[in-house]
Amino acid sequence: MPSPETAARRGRYRLFVKRDCPTCTLLEPVYADLLAAGAELDVLSQDDPTFPDRLADRVRDDRDLEQSFRNRIETVPTLIRLDGETEMERTVGWDRDEWRRLTGLDTLGESLPPFRPGCGSRSVEPGMAERLAVRFGELPMRARRIELTASDDAVEAAFERGWSDGLPVVPPTELRVLRMLGGTTRDPAEVLGRVPPNLAECTVEKVAINAVMAGCKPEYLPVVLAAVEAALEPAFCMHGLLCTTYFSAPVVIVNGPVARRIGMNCGTNALGQGNRANATIGRALQLVVRNVGGGIPGGIDRATLGTPGKYTFCFAEDESDPSWEPLAVSRGIEPGKSAVTLFGGDGVLGNFDQLSRTPESLTASLAMSLVAIGHPKKFQAHDAFLVLSPEHYRIYREAGWSRGRILDALIAACERPGEELVRGAGGVAEGMPASVAGQRITKFRPAGLGLVRAGGIAGLMSAIIGGWAATGERGSEPVTKEIRT
Amino acid sequence: MNETILLDPTSEQSPARRERRTPPAALDGLTVALLDIGKARGDVFLQQLGLRLGERGIAVRHYAKPTNTKVAPVALAQQIAEECDLVVEALSD
Repeated sequence: MPSPETAARRGRYRLFVKRDCPTCTLLEPVYADLLAAGAELDVLSQDDPTFPDRLADRVRDDRDLEQSFRNRIETVPTLIRLDGETEMERTVGWDRDEWRRLTGLDTLGESLPPFRPGCGSRSVEPGMAERLAVRFGELPMRARRIELTASDDAVEAAFERGWSDGLPVVPPTELRVLRMLGGTTRDPAEVLGRVPPNLAECTVEKVAINAVMAGCKPEYLPVVLAAVEAALEPAFCMHGLLCTTYFSAPVVIVNGPVARRIGMNCGTNALGQGNRANATIGRALQLVVRNVGGGIPGGIDRATLGTPGKYTFCFAEDESDPSWEPLAVSRGIEPGKSAVTLFGGDGVLGNFDQLSRTPESLTASLAMSLVAIGHPKKFQAHDAFLVLSPEHYRIYREAGWSRGRILDALIAACERPGEELVRGAGGVAEGMPASVAGQRITKFRPAGLGLVRAGGIAGLMSAIIGGWAATGERGSEPVTKEIRT
Repeated sequence: MNETILLDPTSEQSPARRERRTPPAALDGLTVALLDIGKARGDVFLQQLGLRLGERGIAVRHYAKPTNTKVAPVALAQQIAEECDLVVEALSD
């Protein structure tokens, strides 16, 4: 005879099983023994309402997994002891001692092996948790729901509402946005700041919605969030960069382990098409500015010509060469941390020098291209980033030149006599005021030249990304932000 | 995947319904398309409207859909967009 205590334990139980699980089928005699001992057993089957066969008349159909979701089932079988409707304790898989303790039945499963691990619950199959949360759970997203009719095409609807940059966007459904939010530990309601030009409040959730539309994977979201935060720094001057008639747009440069983890391209064709992370992170930032900030071309965005980088311009730095100090580290980020650097840049100007073999020759050669950005006779006006390819960098590395030495030499090589630059010189009306005649001036303000390494291993060429006509305190400064989780 | 509910990516400062284009404040200097969609007596209505607009010095151009049972051909819509600033249709019998 069982003791009064164990008899009391033979109360209400809820059991989650699936036929596809060998442990669940192995335990069929155990379920029968539980019933025979007088237990009140609520059985939920995840894949077949006729299983367990001997209990078919009392099995509840949980193929839609609602109860599995509500009971947070991760493994089958799971046996839950209830007091009324309140869960008192649970055991997962088959651990004979645990089942005996939970049920108070000291001989339960005597003929079975003492331990079997059970199987994954269908409710936690890949992608299923978010599906169930959308269907049965309380969603954390607060954004307004836009209801379409069944005959609407969601991609076309996004175009019609003005949410697109001109290319199709991925429709931001609840499921996709929920999955996207899974890419960060941050609260969806957290406010990152106000996005120009409308100075609209931007939450993590709004960034996630736009990241979905841009085509991002959830694991890219922390990079997008950091890029948005950098764009909202007053020093970056996103408002001015947006409304200028000049070409520029944010260029996003990614450093640190995150770039490799999410598969960004820093090598062959790094500034070009074809890599999902590069393409969609840059696009997500642009869509945030467009959709949250209201920065619409022809509206507040008055660019005379614009630049293809206004769709997206994002790449990673090649940090594979230990002799090279990465951009983010040179800007104060701890080595080993990930960061984004935003630069207000326009198109790419190539420098195709195949014959320089000394750092002096290459520096003078690159400087010839650098002085041309914006206008060859306008100095101290634009910033620039030089993207050094591996073959060009090798010339510096073999000569033992560091990042700092290369930069100093380039800035010195970009000096020109003022009389060549004054208005009218060379028959060109554009240029510097007459007061610079007799002086030697350099193209860039201090800290006005950035240096980053990227590109394929073959090719004696580098790229120059010219900057906006308003730099430094009167315009845009490059901004670096550490990437959080 | 169900794509009938989308989350608004904007700052939600405009109505959820897609906004109509704002009509022009005045017709001066604009060209008005009068599109006969093929419904009975629509042509009469548009003819009268064209005369009235003409009396006010407003340029009009007449167009007709091949059949009232189908949407206007893309080429016709593009021609109207190219040649005119706004369009009036006579919708009913």
